[in-house]
Amino acid sequence: MTAVEPQATVEITVDGAAVQARPGEMLIEACERSGTYIPRFCYHSRMSPVGMCRMCLVEVDTGRGFALQPSCMVPVSEGMEVSTESEVAKKAQDGVLEFLLVNHPLDCPVCDKGGECPLQDQTMAYGPGETRFVEEKRHFAKPVAISETVYLDRERCILCDRCTRFADEVAGDPLIHFMGRGNHTEVNTFPDEPFASYFSGNTVQICPVGALTAAPYRFKARPWDLTETLSTAWVDSVGARVAVQASRNRVLRVLGTDADAVNWGWLTDKERFGFEALNSAERLAAPMLRDPAGIRAPEWRAAGWGEALDRLADAVGAAPPERVAVLGGARLTNEAQYMWAKLAKGVIGTDNVDAQLGDGLDPAVVLGLPRAAIDDACRPGGTVVLVGPDPKEELGALYLRLRHAVVYDGVKLVEVTPCETGLSHMAKYSLHPRPGTTAQLIRALVLATDPEIVEAAESDVILDKLAAGEKLLEAEELRELLGAADALGVDAESIKSAARALAVAAGEVTVVLGRSSLAEGAEVVEAAAAELSALPSVRFLPALRRGNVMGALEAGLAPGLLPGRTELDDAEDLGPTVAAWPRLPEAAGLDAAGVLRAAARGDIDVLVLVGADPLNDFVDRDLAYRGLRGAALVVAVDLFLNDSSTLAADIVLPAAGPTECDGTFTNLEGRVSPMSRKVTPPGTARPDWMIAADLAERLEPGSAEGLDSPEAIRAEMARVSEVHASLTEESLKASPVEGVLLRPAREAAGEAGGWRRSGRPTLGRRPAGRTVPATGPAGGEDALGGAPDGSFLLVATRTMYDDGTMLRHCPSSRGLAPAASARINPDDLASTGTGEGAAVRVVSDFGHIEATLAADAGVPTGSLRVNWLAPGAPANSLIATGTDITVVEVEAR
Amino acid sequence: MTLSPANEALAAEIISWFPRPRSALIPLLHLAQEQDGYLTDDAMRRVGELVGATPAEVKGTAGFYEMFRFEPVGTYLVNVCTNISCLLWGGEELLEHACESLEVEVGGTTDDGMFTVEEAECIAACTEAPCLQVNYRYRGRVTPADFDGLVEDLRAGRTGIAGHGVLAQVRQSVPAERLAGVFPPEQAREAPVWLARNEAEAVG
Ligand code: SF4
Ligand code: FES
Ligand code: FES
Repeated sequence: MTAVEPQATVEITVDGAAVQARPGEMLIEACERSGTYIPRFCYHSRMSPVGMCRMCLVEVDTGRGFALQPSCMVPVSEGMEVSTESEVAKKAQDGVLEFLLVNHPLDCPVCDKGGECPLQDQTMAYGPGETRFVEEKRHFAKPVAISETVYLDRERCILCDRCTRFADEVAGDPLIHFMGRGNHTEVNTFPDEPFASYFSGNTVQICPVGALTAAPYRFKARPWDLTETLSTAWVDSVGARVAVQASRNRVLRVLGTDADAVNWGWLTDKERFGFEALNSAERLAAPMLRDPAGIRAPEWRAAGWGEALDRLADAVGAAPPERVAVLGGARLTNEAQYMWAKLAKGVIGTDNVDAQLGDGLDPAVVLGLPRAAIDDACRPGGTVVLVGPDPKEELGALYLRLRHAVVYDGVKLVEVTPCETGLSHMAKYSLHPRPGTTAQLIRALVLATDPEIVEAAESDVILDKLAAGEKLLEAEELRELLGAADALGVDAESIKSAARALAVAAGEVTVVLGRSSLAEGAEVVEAAAAELSALPSVRFLPALRRGNVMGALEAGLAPGLLPGRTELDDAEDLGPTVAAWPRLPEAAGLDAAGVLRAAARGDIDVLVLVGADPLNDFVDRDLAYRGLRGAALVVAVDLFLNDSSTLAADIVLPAAGPTECDGTFTNLEGRVSPMSRKVTPPGTARPDWMIAADLAERLEPGSAEGLDSPEAIRAEMARVSEVHASLTEESLKASPVEGVLLRPAREAAGEAGGWRRSGRPTLGRRPAGRTVPATGPAGGEDALGGAPDGSFLLVATRTMYDDGTMLRHCPSSRGLAPAASARINPDDLASTGTGEGAAVRVVSDFGHIEATLAADAGVPTGSLRVNWLAPGAPANSLIATGTDITVVEVEAR
Repeated sequence: MTLSPANEALAAEIISWFPRPRSALIPLLHLAQEQDGYLTDDAMRRVGELVGATPAEVKGTAGFYEMFRFEPVGTYLVNVCTNISCLLWGGEELLEHACESLEVEVGGTTDDGMFTVEEAECIAACTEAPCLQVNYRYRGRVTPADFDGLVEDLRAGRTGIAGHGVLAQVRQSVPAERLAGVFPPEQAREAPVWLARNEAEAVG
């Protein structure tokens, strides 16, 4: 759990053999590490011991003679003697099992747990063969649904307290609890308050009996029919490790794997049940064409790969490189991303490539800042600054780690977000600057970490004495910022106390950096990051949400970027790339906004969407629409038809999804872990790398020669990209669970982030072609000026469940996407002229959505929060790209 | 129903007695039970809000204690002991009489909502067998005739026994300056104020 430090050991004797234990660890752990497994039900290494089940009784002698002790509750001590197999211990375990079985139904033949049930297994190993209990067992209605997905059979429950402890200790959602006492004790929810936790599926995995089952797997298979492979979750960028289990070429279950550095065995329900989408009957199974090319015959027709790829290759071949663009790619494996980068930049020669859809950050910032690992952020006693999305909604497994760090390991959390987050109630300081002013607030925070500057800013006498110099200017600046509390939305006192916490924490600060609100421009966050990078030895954990987005950036799926954090215009370093690639783009290209703008103007001949749905994912829906309509030929490479491809695609190529192809994944720390193939893709769907390789060969024979497997591609990546140089087959094999943390040599040598250019990333400098409109649109009031009377500043935040394509095809989570709500501070309700629950229209200069008005004390006055991609109410219709803030009004409807 | 305005005020006072709101959970549940005679779902929700616990935690905690009820009971809860001493001295017959005269089954409540009759195990008054409790107030050596008289007195309000849920009819009230001045242990930096105060008083 914590860093392994050399520490003294404690010597104990287990069944006659000397064992070196770690001081303070529980006996059950020490025995297990030395090869003696003690049976248990309630003990779980990631939760506090409770001694509920007594299954782990062993005889322990600490100098006063042997006595039975629960080994999960007894910390080791020097000279302790343990007997796990004495007659007394065996009789005790036998007795405990007989009692546990008193009320346990013998319905193993119809129980999902049968075959992998600790109660079954341990009864076989340690229990009595017969029961002496002839009375009636207790009965409950079975099973009851305690949430949309989880079912509880109370008769099977052995009251081990694992599920309830998980809900309380780990997830922080204590919505299930023991009710009643003694023989009448049961696990249950409060009436009409379901166990609606994003993490509820974990209880099903850790329940040691079949009392908790989850809808997606109920009665689907028997454990002995399943085979499994270790892989990586794909729904967000945490990259939680998972075991993918399948039977008869169908994925039936995904379980969390305990990777100490990543997810500790926990998963969000989205990671756990997201596989359901892969089994959907609506998966694309064959290439499809719409004839004639152009806009857009309504009917699709299935086609062969040869015809579809020929048509695409012809179109690309006929177009000048700068009129070809590729958007998306965060869904892909690292290897597929590299192949697409090579295809686009090295074969076609276009740099109009962007894996982020205006919802991310400048790669120079993400890759250029010194990177932290999750373990760094969670190191006991450290400080975390959250300038980014709500981890609970967007990066669930990271949320659990951060929550543990804050609640149990004394990590201090300072959050600077436009609204409250799932971490707010445990934050030491929770500052909510007005949308658009995040960077100024951070500037004030950073300045205020210097007590001299604070002192000077607060006293004319001292200010006057300061010789003209840097500190004078800084003090004056701080004075101005502290005086602007109204504009910032945060008062001077809060800024100063939060700054003091940061000052004390110097050297142990991790910034979780990302887009907290998609209505606030990326530039605001980038500027804030630049300010924070001035703190001494601060490190950053990028909180970009989208699947393998970090892999995409490392592979060069961004304008101006080549694999391995090499900039396109940095001639000296292009050597290895030039050797492996037929050509390079002539000039830096356009980012997603630029591509869509160019397409809308009619300047893009071929637009390839690699797992991208600009209509729903790009921050500006109107621009996405115009871009899709304006591109001459639109190609979608995807698992499903989505709104964008339905609207505009002429060619659709079916891709193999996660669990259907091999490859690797790079998580937000830069940790690479394998994604493994377990089943075959539907129909003729192909891995994305294979599609890119095939196209590359058609366009430039020989360009993909030898690149016929993920391993071969990885080998070329390691040659081309310094970042991936350490990613060898050996290193991957050596660390199958934790994966390999990519840290380029330059970074190890102390260069910030290992960005190719210079020691410090040039923040604020945008790669050529990143488009920022010359004049701000109507919504772009000066951020410090706030919103005009009667209107609000928009905050758009993602929720765990939304109307995204994958979730639409997940039966168990389809209904969980919250409806559109417009949340404002209770004090602002009056100004809207309507009340809570009213049906309203949220209107900006660019569009409107319909939503329900809600009062929410977590939203500061003057702001209005909408959920991103609510069914039927896409918040990106309100936003125009290039604006830092969006002003909205509320109208009754 | 949730808490009445008067009980809301009382709840706030009770919470202020404890270093953490959560510590007030059980006292607030008593307050809620006193108000409604049993714990309604709404009251448990409200208590949870007041102390920062989920309704599931509130119900889970309350459910551990037999004296918290989750279904309505009569104004007077009559527990008739039928354990060994009482059994030998006519406890069974007393219970039977109680049920017959009030026209209820064991565990049932009279139609007018006045009485709930329950069977109890030894209530530790064996010397006074057969015995019973009315809202946990003891009556010993109860004959069927005594029982009828008791019921009459209860109906007439002559016993001084308050309705179910009322633990005490005199409410404790501590003037603000006599409060211990409690705060969570992790905030303790020096001796609590009451210690100094008590010492000063002892000297004076
Ligand atoms: S439901 Fe399962 S995990 Fe929960 S207490 Fe019962 S046996 Fe344990
Ligand atoms: S495992 Fe030790 S008491 Fe349950
Ligand atoms: S047996 Fe009735 S009080 Fe003890």
